[in-house]
Amino acid sequence: MLDAKIPSGPLDIKWTEYKGHCKLVNPANKRKLEVIVVGTGLAGASAAATLGELGYKVKAFCFQDSPRRAHSIAAQGGINAAKNYQNDGDSVFRLFYDTIKGGDYRAREANVHRLSEVSGNIIDQCVAQGVPFAREYGGLLSNRSFGGTQVQRTFYAAGQTGQQLLIGAYQALERQVALGNVKMYSRHEMLEVVKIDGKARGIIARDLVNGKLERHFGHAVLLCTGGYGNVFYLSTNAMGSNVTAAWKAHKNGAAFANPCFTQIHPTCIPVSGDHQSKLTLMSESLRNDGRIWVPKKKGETRKATDIPEEERDYYLERRYPAFGNLVPRDVASRAAKERCDEGYGVGTSKQAVYLDFADAIVRYGKIEAGKEGKPDMSMEEIIVLGKEVVKEKYGNLFDMYEKITGENPYEVPMRIYPAVHYTMGGLWVDYELQTSVPGLYALGEANFSDHGANRLGASALMQGLADGYFVIPYTLGNNLAEEIYSKAIETSHPAFEAAEKEVASRIEKLMGVRGKQSVESFHKRLGKIMWEKCGMARNKEGLQQAIREIQELKKEFWNDVRIPGSIDEMNPELDKANRVADFLELGELMCQDAYNRNESCGGHFREDFQTPDGEALRDDSNYMYVAAWEYKGEHEWTLHKEPLVYDVVKPTQRSYK
Amino acid sequence: MGLTGISLVLFLIVHAGINACVFADLADPGENGEMFNKAAHFMGSTVLIRITEIGLFAGIILHIVQGLLLTAENKKRRNVGYAVPYTAGSKWYSRSMGLLGTLILLFLVLHLYHFWASARFTGRGLEPVTYNGVEMHNMFGLMKATFSEWWVVIVYALGCLSLYYHLAHGFQSAFKTLGVHNKRYNAMLSSLGYGFSAVITIVFILMPLSFVLGWVG
Amino acid sequence: MEHYNMNLTVKVWRQKNSRAQGNFENYSVKNISSEMSFLEMIDVLNEELIVEGKEPIAFDHDCREGICGQCSMYINGKPHGPWQANTTCQLHMRAFKDGDTIVVEPWRSAAFPVIKDLMVDRSAFDRIVQAGGFISVNTGNAVDGNSLPINKDAADASFAAAMCIGCGACVAACKNSSAMLFLSAKVAHLALLPQGEPERKSRVMNMVAQMDKEGFGACTNTGACEATCPKEISISNIARLNHEYLRASLTAEK
Repeated sequence: MLDAKIPSGPLDIKWTEYKGHCKLVNPANKRKLEVIVVGTGLAGASAAATLGELGYKVKAFCFQDSPRRAHSIAAQGGINAAKNYQNDGDSVFRLFYDTIKGGDYRAREANVHRLSEVSGNIIDQCVAQGVPFAREYGGLLSNRSFGGTQVQRTFYAAGQTGQQLLIGAYQALERQVALGNVKMYSRHEMLEVVKIDGKARGIIARDLVNGKLERHFGHAVLLCTGGYGNVFYLSTNAMGSNVTAAWKAHKNGAAFANPCFTQIHPTCIPVSGDHQSKLTLMSESLRNDGRIWVPKKKGETRKATDIPEEERDYYLERRYPAFGNLVPRDVASRAAKERCDEGYGVGTSKQAVYLDFADAIVRYGKIEAGKEGKPDMSMEEIIVLGKEVVKEKYGNLFDMYEKITGENPYEVPMRIYPAVHYTMGGLWVDYELQTSVPGLYALGEANFSDHGANRLGASALMQGLADGYFVIPYTLGNNLAEEIYSKAIETSHPAFEAAEKEVASRIEKLMGVRGKQSVESFHKRLGKIMWEKCGMARNKEGLQQAIREIQELKKEFWNDVRIPGSIDEMNPELDKANRVADFLELGELMCQDAYNRNESCGGHFREDFQTPDGEALRDDSNYMYVAAWEYKGEHEWTLHKEPLVYDVVKPTQRSYK
Repeated sequence: MGLTGISLVLFLIVHAGINACVFADLADPGENGEMFNKAAHFMGSTVLIRITEIGLFAGIILHIVQGLLLTAENKKRRNVGYAVPYTAGSKWYSRSMGLLGTLILLFLVLHLYHFWASARFTGRGLEPVTYNGVEMHNMFGLMKATFSEWWVVIVYALGCLSLYYHLAHGFQSAFKTLGVHNKRYNAMLSSLGYGFSAVITIVFILMPLSFVLGWVG
Repeated sequence: MEHYNMNLTVKVWRQKNSRAQGNFENYSVKNISSEMSFLEMIDVLNEELIVEGKEPIAFDHDCREGICGQCSMYINGKPHGPWQANTTCQLHMRAFKDGDTIVVEPWRSAAFPVIKDLMVDRSAFDRIVQAGGFISVNTGNAVDGNSLPINKDAADASFAAAMCIGCGACVAACKNSSAMLFLSAKVAHLALLPQGEPERKSRVMNMVAQMDKEGFGACTNTGACEATCPKEISISNIARLNHEYLRASLTAEK
């Protein structure tokens, strides 16, 4: 069933060959072809802008009040590109290799190589748009290392790289809106895919301001709707991030690939109570200088600063002497969970570990004292100097931490805990980013294609922009070339009518439940099940149990949810209910997928598949495939396996000891 | 607004400079306003200055009209107000330029009636005085008479105080409106603005005060 | 940091839709932890309202980490509440004490009509950007990123202006509802970079014209915008905008 359509030939010329031979659409015909883009984050905004520039008639949709709010904006650290500006041995191949290995050998070689090839163009394009990347005194672009790679290939704009890149794409998009090539629909949510003769031909969207359902035709539909981390309720995602568009596509025939691959980021501000609505990331870069520890004594009650050095357990340095605090995200997250589960956690909730900068402050202070030629400076003075250095490097993060927790991280260690951050899984797509439904495409985090089982830092921004700026303009043309004879279909077509009716009746059904429990309370309960049984560590029994619990919860939801207000008005509770209803179905599939994958790899850790010393145990002979799930009916899916073939890279066991 | 404001600032410098001539009386009590009267006479009898005076009135009127239009336009931009207004982010006088301008205008009407209308048209309360064979108005005498009453002095002081706050915001704001964005210059202009406002105000207040307290005249 | 719980009175603007008359409603919320964020306190209140069968308070919010710019509450007489350089979503209940009354209003500006309760329509900002807040470069036209060295100070200043999150607090704070800080941040971001040079004049002229059309007021340099800006965008950008505008007007050829 699933043909990935990977071009033949050697890996490094596949994309060049593809571009050289793919079909083109002439400008006069592009004007007649309509494209719908759902979502306006990095992938969506860049795709809509670029397709508009090419001359297609584009309609773009976002549920936020402006395309500039999409959650790509929150990415902090940076964007990778194989520019080798630092002359430190980087190359297209090395970025490709690092990404494949970082993904624990569960990503497609051809896609990842293409990503690596276009990475340099992204930087050029963004600079031309006026993205103010960090620069050196000589005026050239600055780079830093990130995510434990051995080269400096990360471009950044302080701690707001995502914001600057998104604003660049947003401005390009607004330019096309002004030129009339793109029509923008803000505060609109896509609620159904319309299929005619097996092809995606449009969407049903709801105007969130007045509640009206709208029909929109497109020769092709692009879903750029991000990830589904909010299935866990608490995550670093935005409150509105949801799976609904992707899930509607899935229920209309698009396969969902590797749904259980979720990334848990190790350094987030811990949960402070039941009221918690979201979690905030503290950039990975903090681990370059901070040391992670817990007390050696269970149930320790002393303040962190009162615990003497010999009673502290720097568990990452102890377990992974070679990489220490710089082990990859998945490893660091699991180790923190292990310590807390054993009863060594800190803070009121005991679900946190310390990230301590005291040593770094002294180390930097001494360096500064040396620079000033005062080696006999007192410790107090050294600490003052050291704090200055730390402030310069991480000031904005420290300020954010203090705002949220009320604690001063210059004086007491930060408390951190892992949190759901990114979902590597998503809609299955072929090399052309087309899902298993013809005419329906998925870009960015919404697809599954490039990060395997674990994403490297600074690679999400790269993938979103690669898909939107440099991949889809070619691959979409290749398919739309066959559509130049297809006239736009009137939205009075029975398929549109039926789809709209379907959406309307579902909304009415939701509103008609008139139960007692709020949408939020169901979402919280789903999140708890997912976090406990399908989170950082999973096991067979837990997953089976989770599937049963989610099915029960879904029933309860449809019998007892209370949505105030009415349909024909701005009703955020109804919007949320629509999304949570889909999360309830997705959660079950995620557990199903995690249950099926009898191995541990990347972000997917099965307690029943680990080495004697607690490391992930991959099973390449049985699970080196993409698990693509086809929706068959309520609680029913068929698994299609797309085998992963490694022609160039030879998979090995990852070790950080 | 900024351009007319700056032109009025230039006028204030001339006005304050000429008025300061009354303090010649401090150095030489027998002088009896001679220097001031001569200066006033020069201003009143020079054709070029009389032409400039028309420009000045045009500037004042333009400034007032601009101000009224701006205030009215800006008022319309918030049709529903806040229950709790935001006051901490800006100085009260920056927000009250319209009010301060109106107070200055009221003061100006009185001021023009007292001196300008007398000198030009009515001759109310004016005695002739002759220096070196040239007859001219004894403006000094008019000032002395006018500022012999405390209520006038108080009204003038309040008018000048309004002018201080109007200038404290207006001076630096005018340069921003004209596009000065260099940090160094802005810092300089900011200090200069406060200094200028204070000096102008003190000079103007000192005059009625000096007359009523008998320091001069 | 000592944690404490508090009982509060929250006075909130309620308005059914853009056409309806709005009014203030008083709510009392109990046992609010000092560790909660302000929006989590509103979440708690909303959950109670839903259980009581009432309509929850509608408000804009999304990322809840101070960067998307969607949250927009005017709290106790200041956009985004009492803390400096802060967004509503990052305001925490430590800022309040037991027994406080908190007044919450929507952004007030004719150019930002209320959609419902505390939600306003800020699409005027998008239209200002459409008028010229971009560099006209199609995908694929770019030269190598390092072929154009840019003075580090200029790049840093450009970045400082580009940090604007488009929340509209500047408009909400300004007694004239002026959008000059927002507009000037965009103009400065692009005018400070060599890439912005070719469209420098047309950009500022078109964007200012659009701003006026949207019904924002004129700037009188009170500084309220800068004082409330969550990203501390400098008011000197407005002077720079005036400079750019005068330069463009005086040298215009038609």
